[in-house]
Amino acid sequence: MKQALEGSQAIARAVSLCRPQVVSAYPITPQTHIVENLSRLVADGVLDCELVSVESEFSAASVALGAVAAGSRAYTASSSQGILLMSEVLFNISGLRIPLVMTCANRALAAPLSIWNDQQDSMAVRDAGWIQLYCADNQEAVDMTIQAYRIAERCELPVMVCVDGFTLTHTLEVLDLPDQQLVDAFLPAFHFDRKLDPANPISVGTLVSPEFFTEARYDHHQALLQSAEIIEQTRREWQDMTGRDTGGLLGVAGDADARVGVLVLGSITGTLQEAMEASTDTEPACLITLRAFRPFPEQALRDACSGLERLIVLERALSPGAGGIVGSEVRAALSSLDRPPRVFNFSVGLGGRDVPLETWSRALAAVAGNAGAGFDMLDLEPSRLPQEAL
Amino acid sequence: MTQEIEIPLAELRRNQPRFGGLESGHRACLGCGEALAARLVSESAGPDVMYANATGCLEVFTTAWPDSAWQVPWMHSLFSNAASIGAGMEAALKAQGKATKVIAMGGDGGTFDIGFQALSGMLERGHNVLYVCYDNEAYMNTGVQRSSSTPHAAATTTSPAGSESMGKRHLKKDIVSIVAAHHIPYAATASVAYPSDIRKKVRRAMGIEGPSFLHIHAPCPLGWGHDGALTIEVARLAVQTGLFPLIELERGGVAGAMPIREVRPVSDYLGLQARFRHLFADSARAREELEHLQALANHNIEVYRLRGESRQDCMDSEGADTVRRGGMRWA
Amino acid sequence: MIEIRIHGRGGQGNVVAAYLLATTAFEDGRYGQAFPNFGAERRGAPVTAFVRISGQPIRRRCQVIEPAFLIIQDEALLHVEGVLDGLQPGGGILVNSSRPGEEIGGLIGREVMALPASPLASRILGRPVPNTALLAAFLALTELLPIDALVRALAGRFRGKVLDANSRLIEEAAGMVPVGQWKEASSETGA
Repeated sequence: MKQALEGSQAIARAVSLCRPQVVSAYPITPQTHIVENLSRLVADGVLDCELVSVESEFSAASVALGAVAAGSRAYTASSSQGILLMSEVLFNISGLRIPLVMTCANRALAAPLSIWNDQQDSMAVRDAGWIQLYCADNQEAVDMTIQAYRIAERCELPVMVCVDGFTLTHTLEVLDLPDQQLVDAFLPAFHFDRKLDPANPISVGTLVSPEFFTEARYDHHQALLQSAEIIEQTRREWQDMTGRDTGGLLGVAGDADARVGVLVLGSITGTLQEAMEASTDTEPACLITLRAFRPFPEQALRDACSGLERLIVLERALSPGAGGIVGSEVRAALSSLDRPPRVFNFSVGLGGRDVPLETWSRALAAVAGNAGAGFDMLDLEPSRLPQEAL
Repeated sequence: MTQEIEIPLAELRRNQPRFGGLESGHRACLGCGEALAARLVSESAGPDVMYANATGCLEVFTTAWPDSAWQVPWMHSLFSNAASIGAGMEAALKAQGKATKVIAMGGDGGTFDIGFQALSGMLERGHNVLYVCYDNEAYMNTGVQRSSSTPHAAATTTSPAGSESMGKRHLKKDIVSIVAAHHIPYAATASVAYPSDIRKKVRRAMGIEGPSFLHIHAPCPLGWGHDGALTIEVARLAVQTGLFPLIELERGGVAGAMPIREVRPVSDYLGLQARFRHLFADSARAREELEHLQALANHNIEVYRLRGESRQDCMDSEGADTVRRGGMRWA
Repeated sequence: MIEIRIHGRGGQGNVVAAYLLATTAFEDGRYGQAFPNFGAERRGAPVTAFVRISGQPIRRRCQVIEPAFLIIQDEALLHVEGVLDGLQPGGGILVNSSRPGEEIGGLIGREVMALPASPLASRILGRPVPNTALLAAFLALTELLPIDALVRALAGRFRGKVLDANSRLIEEAAGMVPVGQWKEASSETGA
């Protein structure tokens, strides 16, 4: 049913529709509204689950891990410093192949302290072995949260659904929240083969010597690679049931004959798409939205970029001393094309800096001169730099 | 007509049907106090359990892939989250309507130090989890480094004794009092020297709906520097000197303590262990530290009223656990 | 698409006002988007929220830099730097104040519409919360959305006596401003 909902409220309702049996979280801006809304749903008897309000993000992830291991569907959510605090557990969850879903309400990392949105937090745990999905709007946040449970439980891998903090979590907009019947039909009751059970005792999380460790990592890597097909399959099934094409590995919009492409993740998609469609005086371009960053959709990306001469990667994270994170991976993935596009990599919108409509024209202008294809900060304000840096 | 069959006592004991949660054949060092304690706990807890194990010796020596010594559902996640994993298991079992008891376990490092916050959170939230701490008073898994459980003056690799050092400067953290201050239904200390006492306390904790805590003193022959054959003797002396009082606390108040029939001087205990060897040097500083440790033991004896009657008490430090010594068996 | 900026003070329900207006658009079958200018501000500090209303799905998520209308929840905010920035030519400023609009307008050199929203709310609701009255007046001025859509949006938050009181407040506030005076400005931008 169509509703006007705040993003966090919509995500909480979507989680509730998935019938988690254990929800465990620790509050942090901008994730708080999600957990508050879930707590309200439990208090009002809408959601029947064990709500564990823990003493840290480290425990939030650990409780969720213990709950899934014991055979229950679970959920957690965090942001920023919380993601870092639970990072040790995140690696553990994926290594144990625990089907858990969490929301990352994307926020910058300190220092300097910023409570505002960028994607440094989820990028910091890109190697944690989770599936990472990035949402462009709150409809995707709802749909991809529900799809995430299906994907996680099919692959026995954890899924992190990334939603831009504030820009999505605190934005009220019109979206379609599916009804319980539909979600029940889409998502079977929780089943986990390797659950801990006194009737069939197993040992989980054992010490593994060098004789077996490489094989364990191979297995994990393969599972992530193979999840790409399951992500696409789940996208198709969701589309069949709802008519909405949300989820999947990536989306492409714009001119099919374009020689210039712009690649983004997350909530700046809509702004850039609107700017792209409104800009009639620039050369034809296409907009590629990465929905899955892990598994990295190498083949789909190559297909989407095969005709491009130039690709602009805009990202909301930074690897200091190297440059872009997404940009580097995209460049590497495209290098095997016969005629790879030149990749221009920019950071935008770090620490909550507004990403205006002009970002589109500014990005096109920055690469029009065929300048060096490296990394730069597109929205840097030199006047605000410390004087000695000038 | 009944026929009398002579069965040797040892064989009778072996043939008793007893649940074994932790099988033999694991890779613990000889004389390992923790392995013994974990076996006793798992025997008494029975099969309807789920274990969350912190990183440490116990996890390493029982589960070298592809082998496992555990006959019960068991999971190791990380060093510092055993209590939280246990809490998550308990929440899941509650949601599923199951009565399976969750037991979280860690060493003193995973309990006193790195897992302390998770433990406090689990206790405060009132999860139905029994937390067992196997206390060998240092980070043994990484090669004997000091923990906040290491006793005052003990030498470890990070608190060595030397010309400028008498071992660990600081006191052993009073974990059971801190745990009891969460006003949980039941917290107790135990020692591998008193297996029946451990069994009794595990059963007590298993029957409690809510958080409970069992702190088991478990010597490490390698880290403490004593012969592996002396594990029980050393553990018993810790109790008999008053350095490791065996107490029970209910809702934060002391509910019981094992009396010491004959209080032994701390030097009897310390003298068996290489980690305290420097206290027996002929120096004023060593004598001072010995006196200090004796004062700590005396303080425990006074606070918990550990001095028993001189008459035989089947529940005191001489009587408990052994029929031969005139005590009684609980199991 | 119509873009509106709402200025208020932390604790005054700045975000609630924005959400309410976007929900009113939804109740009228349109698309609404509302979000705060996310800050770490405490009670009393100046805060801003943005609203977009459109017949089509709204895709842009950038801040509203050039609003067609400003709704100011506290008169003193008119003197805070940046509050009037980017207002479109011919755009309207609606201010919560007991003073006449001309007097306030004279001080800032722009045309201002004033509504004593706080005293009005105090009298009818028993609490000086200006949001409902300001939104009712805004809808009356612009005729952007029907007044009863605002009542329906409020019905999602309140029931019974509180909803009845809010409905009376809406009716009274809407009657205190010249209906349709900003209609041209609101239709020009094509909501």
